[in-house]
Amino acid sequence: MNKKKRNMSNVKVSMPEQAPDVRNKNFSEVALGYTEEMAQEEALRCLHCKNHPCVSKCPVNVDIPGFIEKVASGDYEQAYQIIASTNSLPAICGRVCPQETQCESTCIRGIKGEPVAIGRLERFAADWHLANVKEQPPKPKTNGRRVAVIGSGPAGLTCAGDLAKMGYEVTVYEAFHVAGGVLMYGIPEFRLPKKLVQTEIDGLKALGVEIVCNTVIGLTLSIEDLFESGYEAIFIGSGAGLPRFMNIPGENFNQVYSANEFLTRVNLMQAWRWPETSTPINIGKRVAVVGGGNVAMDAARCAKRLGADEVMIVYRRSEEELPARQEEVEHAKHEGIIFNLLTNPTEIKGSEGWVTGMTCIRMELGEPDASGRRRPVPVEGSEFDIELDTVIMAIGQSPNPLLRNTTEELKCHSWGGIIVDEETLATSMPGVWAGGDAVTGAATVILAMGAGKTAAHSIDAYLKEKK
Amino acid sequence: MSKILEKRQLTRETVLMKIEAPLIAKKALPGQFIIFRVEEGGERVPLTIAGTDHTEGSVTIIFQMVGKSTMRLGAKETGESIADFVGPFGKPSELDPYKGKNVAVIGGGLGVAIAYPQAAYLHKIGAHVDVIAGYRSIDLIILEDELRSSSDNFYLITDDGSSGRKGFVTDMLKEILEQGKQYDLVIAIGPLVMMRAVAEMTRPYDIETVVSMNTIMVDGTGMCGCCRLTVGGETKFACVDGPDFDAHKVDFEEAIRRSRAYVEQENHDRKSEQERHRCRLTGEVRHE
Repeated sequence: MNKKKRNMSNVKVSMPEQAPDVRNKNFSEVALGYTEEMAQEEALRCLHCKNHPCVSKCPVNVDIPGFIEKVASGDYEQAYQIIASTNSLPAICGRVCPQETQCESTCIRGIKGEPVAIGRLERFAADWHLANVKEQPPKPKTNGRRVAVIGSGPAGLTCAGDLAKMGYEVTVYEAFHVAGGVLMYGIPEFRLPKKLVQTEIDGLKALGVEIVCNTVIGLTLSIEDLFESGYEAIFIGSGAGLPRFMNIPGENFNQVYSANEFLTRVNLMQAWRWPETSTPINIGKRVAVVGGGNVAMDAARCAKRLGADEVMIVYRRSEEELPARQEEVEHAKHEGIIFNLLTNPTEIKGSEGWVTGMTCIRMELGEPDASGRRRPVPVEGSEFDIELDTVIMAIGQSPNPLLRNTTEELKCHSWGGIIVDEETLATSMPGVWAGGDAVTGAATVILAMGAGKTAAHSIDAYLKEKK
Repeated sequence: MSKILEKRQLTRETVLMKIEAPLIAKKALPGQFIIFRVEEGGERVPLTIAGTDHTEGSVTIIFQMVGKSTMRLGAKETGESIADFVGPFGKPSELDPYKGKNVAVIGGGLGVAIAYPQAAYLHKIGAHVDVIAGYRSIDLIILEDELRSSSDNFYLITDDGSSGRKGFVTDMLKEILEQGKQYDLVIAIGPLVMMRAVAEMTRPYDIETVVSMNTIMVDGTGMCGCCRLTVGGETKFACVDGPDFDAHKVDFEEAIRRSRAYVEQENHDRKSEQERHRCRLTGEVRHE
């Protein structure tokens, strides 16, 4: 046990960040991370309680008190190793996991004050490792058996990493020209630096994982082709790449973007560096982002950084129901994003094919619906118009349809999700597992990682049985 | 990286390239497209496949050097490589049902390059194929021999009359239809205004007409919705629902407007690209 004095402060050690009026003009990371002193001070807030409820709330079961103790004692590499033994992407999780609804939600320090800043400490340990330890872990001895992973997002990378550690020869197929999936095309640079994603992927390559980009399974190669070429098991982590629109008039005017398109242009194609890069984006002066989730916050904050004068979130429920993380909402507000709550678009207006505005209607909250949240009901006669140059639809994504459209044997729900056995994640096709957003619809990075991990275990059990 | 196995200049602006892509060559069918990226930082550009060679493992593309990316692609030589080449995207054209039927394949400008594999496939399966190929001028004619040998009747049209008949492809089509020729299918591939004109011409005759919609795209997998268009009142994604659509149901006005979404940036990029190739002595722009 650590000899240093326990820190009984009721609040987290705050993490330095770029000032709002500076950061809303650049794409550099907003949160700057703890120093060693800050990390140690925060780590000393952990009481090492007997039941450590935080661990069971973590979808990949990181030994949280274990790594925090190592941070407190200054043994940062050991702290990292503890995290990395169950989590293949620590630097990413430390940044984008919704800790407040997972590990931190059960922390007993949270009963009287703020929980231990588990996410910030995880990020600290991972960043310390990336900055100070250059050698890669030894490549595990291979067992000569091959597994294919479809999609290189968080689910696929986790599944690949875990299988590689068990000795399998894993190939990850990616449709885009770079690996990382939503970590590259979706989450913006200022929240998750792309260099970091690259480093984590390099770590998987060092474990022997082969990554093949520019290969669309379902088009370039079929699942059948993969089995024929010698893979014994397949994991599908193809993500939630099908944007939803509202089906209101005017959605096809120029400068109505799906959040997927907008974020892909900005993040993956680096449109914010145009004309240095070749992919353009139109932003205009006034931008509305429709939706209230993390994707909506990301899109709004990107739009602000691209130089829009006024960026607003348009969301049909109230602040309390915003599905985005509290931290993201706060960050967005500080950066000058306007929140038009209890407001729903009914029509996008345009002139000669270009957006000029949007008609919205005020909403009020009625009885709770199936999701348990109070249902938004339009207030009759409350329509009003907003002048706009750009509308970004961030109202959710469905699972990508490519694979199911080209693979008849793969059973899917009518809404598009791949049907799996909840425990093992096995699909209707023998030898094929699936997880992440392709199964659940758009969710979080860590849930996808949890699914990747579960599938890796199922695949291992299956292949051991099969021999 | 994908290697350029062969490069041929077809006209001053038009280039044919065979790209090493054995997996795509094996899978690709007429009507499908690839997406290329010339270099790091480059954009993802869709191009309909002009042909494949299974034994060589190559995919043929034909493009006009009219934008930054196609100019940079055109500047590459045989033996060099480009960053990315992925596909085959989109649904293949439904051609097999037209075995033994009368089909008109109409290509306009660069669209001829895409119309050619369709004509060749139809000809091979035993359809009666008339090809109407339209070009701006004699020096822009491509694939004439190939089209002649894969059609029963070949009609060459130029806007200025410098070769073949003077006029537009629709003038020729009008004449043929008025002579009483019955078609089971008309395929039109070319600029949006040309495809719209063909659609309007065949509409009163109630001839099934298919167009290939070459929209702006990013990913090509249905992920972004950038390529959406309205077909029969419904929103469709050209990348996964097309690129072939019923010409009589496509909202061409909207498609034309959407194709101009980035005209300003395209013009900017084209100018700065031309500057890169401008001769400092004569002020002339170098062409490959």
